[in-house]
Amino acid sequence: MILKGVDLHKSYKMGQTKLEVLRGLDVSISEGEFVAIVGASGSGKSTLLHLLGALDKPNQGRVEFRGKALSSFGSGQLNGFRNKTVGFVFQFYHLLDELNILENTLLPAMAGSNSFGWVSRRKTAKESAILLLERMGLGGRLKHKAYQLSGGERQRVAIARALINDPELLLADEPTGNLDSETGNGILEALEEFHLAGQTIVMVTHDSRIADRADRVIRLVDGKIE
Amino acid sequence: MYKLMLATRYFFKRRINLLAMAAIALCVFIVVVVMSVMIGLVSDFKEKNHSYSGDCVIHSDSLVGFAYYEDFVSELEGEKFACGVSPVIDGFGLMRRPGYEDNIGLQIRGVDPVKHSAATGFGDTLYYHKDNPEKAFENIYEPNLPGSVIGVSIIYKSGSFGEYDHFPVPRDLKFEITCFPLNAKGGLARGGADPTSTKVFVNSDDTHSGLVKVDGGMIYLPFDEAQSMFEMGWPIKRINSIHIKFSKGVSADEGMAKVAAMWAKHVERNKDKTYANLFDNVSVEDWFRYRREIIAPMEKEQTMLTILFAMLGIITVFVIFVVFYMIIGHKTRDIGIMRSIGVSSWSVVSIFLLFAGMVGVVGSAIGASAGCSFLVKINDMEDWLFENYEWQLWNREIYAIGEIPHDIEFNVIAVIVACAIGAALLGAFVPAVQAGFKRPVEVLQVNQV
Repeated sequence: MILKGVDLHKSYKMGQTKLEVLRGLDVSISEGEFVAIVGASGSGKSTLLHLLGALDKPNQGRVEFRGKALSSFGSGQLNGFRNKTVGFVFQFYHLLDELNILENTLLPAMAGSNSFGWVSRRKTAKESAILLLERMGLGGRLKHKAYQLSGGERQRVAIARALINDPELLLADEPTGNLDSETGNGILEALEEFHLAGQTIVMVTHDSRIADRADRVIRLVDGKIE
Repeated sequence: MYKLMLATRYFFKRRINLLAMAAIALCVFIVVVVMSVMIGLVSDFKEKNHSYSGDCVIHSDSLVGFAYYEDFVSELEGEKFACGVSPVIDGFGLMRRPGYEDNIGLQIRGVDPVKHSAATGFGDTLYYHKDNPEKAFENIYEPNLPGSVIGVSIIYKSGSFGEYDHFPVPRDLKFEITCFPLNAKGGLARGGADPTSTKVFVNSDDTHSGLVKVDGGMIYLPFDEAQSMFEMGWPIKRINSIHIKFSKGVSADEGMAKVAAMWAKHVERNKDKTYANLFDNVSVEDWFRYRREIIAPMEKEQTMLTILFAMLGIITVFVIFVVFYMIIGHKTRDIGIMRSIGVSSWSVVSIFLLFAGMVGVVGSAIGASAGCSFLVKINDMEDWLFENYEWQLWNREIYAIGEIPHDIEFNVIAVIVACAIGAALLGAFVPAVQAGFKRPVEVLQVNQV
C-alpha cells in the first residue's frame, strides 16, 4: 500500500452554511495501480485528490503515505513530499507563462535542489526533461512558451513536469477535461504508457469511458465511496 | 537558482512593473534634488557663518563688554593651539551719508584687520584688499580720516545672479557714524544734551560675506576708532568678544577645552578687580553655538523637509504596496503552481522580494541618475529660465547665494537609494507573505473558478 486515506472528512464554510464535501471516506492506493476517481460534479473527487497529494488538509481523518501520516510531516517534509513523491497534473495545465516549456518541465527539479545542488544536477535534469518532452512529442518545441502551444500540448508539458522528479505517485485532476476527445485520448495514451512502465496514477474524471481505461474505479457519491 | 530566474522573468515580462519603477524613480529623483540643494544651502550657510567668526568665541551678552582682556589675548597669542586671536568691539549705530538726510541702522564691528583675518575669514570677504588685509582701512581719498569696510549690499546693487559690479577702486563715499556709547556700568557714557558719539569714516573697501545681515547691515571700523567711539577705552579698556582660530590639527573639542580652562583661570586671577563683574555675562562658545540663532531656523527647515520627504517615502511605500498587491494578485495561480510542486512559502516570498528588489534597484538607479543629471544642469536651466522667462528659483536680490548648490553627495544618494529599495521590499513583503502562506489548493481553486 503506497497511499491510504482513513475516515477523511472535509467541509467548507460558504457564508453561514457548512458544505460537507467528504464524509468519512476510506481509500487506499497500491503501488503501480492506475486508479480512476469518478463522480458527479461536486461529489468531492478533486477534494479527495488534493488531500491525497497534501495540497490540502482534512478536517478529520488522515492520509498515510507508506504508513506514515502526512499530518505528522513538518512544512519542509510536506514541501519535499509535493516535490519528489507526487506529481500533479491539473485540468487547466497550470504552466508558468514566463517560462518556456523546457524551463516549465525543469521547475520541480530546480525547486527541489539548492543552488549548489542544482549546479551538479542541472545537466542530468535537463537531459531527463528533454527525454520526457521528446516522449511527449514536444522535442522540437523546447524553447516555446506555453501560450504558443495547443491545449493538448500544454497538458503533455504538464505531465512531463509532473514526472521530472520521478515521483512515486502521479495525481491527475481531470487531465482531459479541457480537451477535445481526440487530444484527450492522446493524453490518456501517454498516461497509460507511463503506467505500463510502473507509474502509480490516480486520476480524477467525470467521464466513465475514460475511467474504464483504469485498473480500478472509485465512485464518489455525496462525499462517500459508492 | 529558479528564484532568480522567476524573479528576472517577472521583472521583464510585467508591464505594470514600469508603474512601480516610475513611482520609485520619481520619488528618488525629487528627494535627491531637493535634499542635495537643501544640504548644499545649509552647509554653505554654515560655512559662511563659520567664516564670519572664529572657531571659538569668548563674548559678552551685554553691549557693555568686558575688561582685562589684553593679558588674556597676549596669553592666547603665545599658545600653539591658537593661530589667530582677534579682540572685537561690537555695537550698533546709525549711518548717514554727509549731505543726505536719511539714516540707516547698522551693526558696527571694530577689528584689527590683520588679527581678524587670521582669526576669521574676514580677509577673504574683502574686495580690494583680499591679499593685503592690513590695508583694509587705508582710504585713498582722505588720508586724515579713518577708513571703513562696509557691507557690499549697502553701496552696490546686486545683479540677477548675486554678482556685484565693483568699481576699479573703492567708491568715494563718506559715512557719518553715530552711536550711543555705554559706560562700564551700562549707563550712557555721555551725559548732557547729546549722548551720542559721531564720526566720519571713508569707504576703503567692502565686505561680501554671503550673509544677508552682514552684507546689508554691517560696517567694520578700525579697532581703536571703534573702541574710542563706543568709549570702551576709558577708564578701563573693554571689548565685546575675542575670536580665536585653532591651529591645524587641533580639534574643536580640544581647542575649546583649552580656551575654556584658560578663561576660567583668567577670570579667577582677575576676580577681585573693579570691573570683574563684567565677566558674569561672558561665555566661551564654539562658532556653531555663537551663531546658533541664525543657523537654527535653517536647520529646522532642513529637518522639516526631511520629515516631509519621509512622508513622501510613506506614500511611495503605499504606491508600491498597491502595485505589488496587484502584481501578486495576478500571480496567485503561479503561486499555487509553485506550492503544488513543493516550493516553500518562504521561497515564494523570496521570489517576490527578489522581484521587488530588482524594481527598487532599477527604479532608484533611474531616479538617482536623473537627479544627478538635473543637479549638474540645475544652474544652466535656471539661467535659461531667467533669460527666457525672467524666472528665478531664488531671487538673488533677496537671497545671498551665488549659484544654486549642486554638489552631489554620494553618501546622501546612497542613503536615499537604500531607503527606496527598502520601500520596494517593504511594499512587496506583505502581499508576498499573504500569497505565499495560502494553502496551495486555496490559490489553485480560486484560479479555476
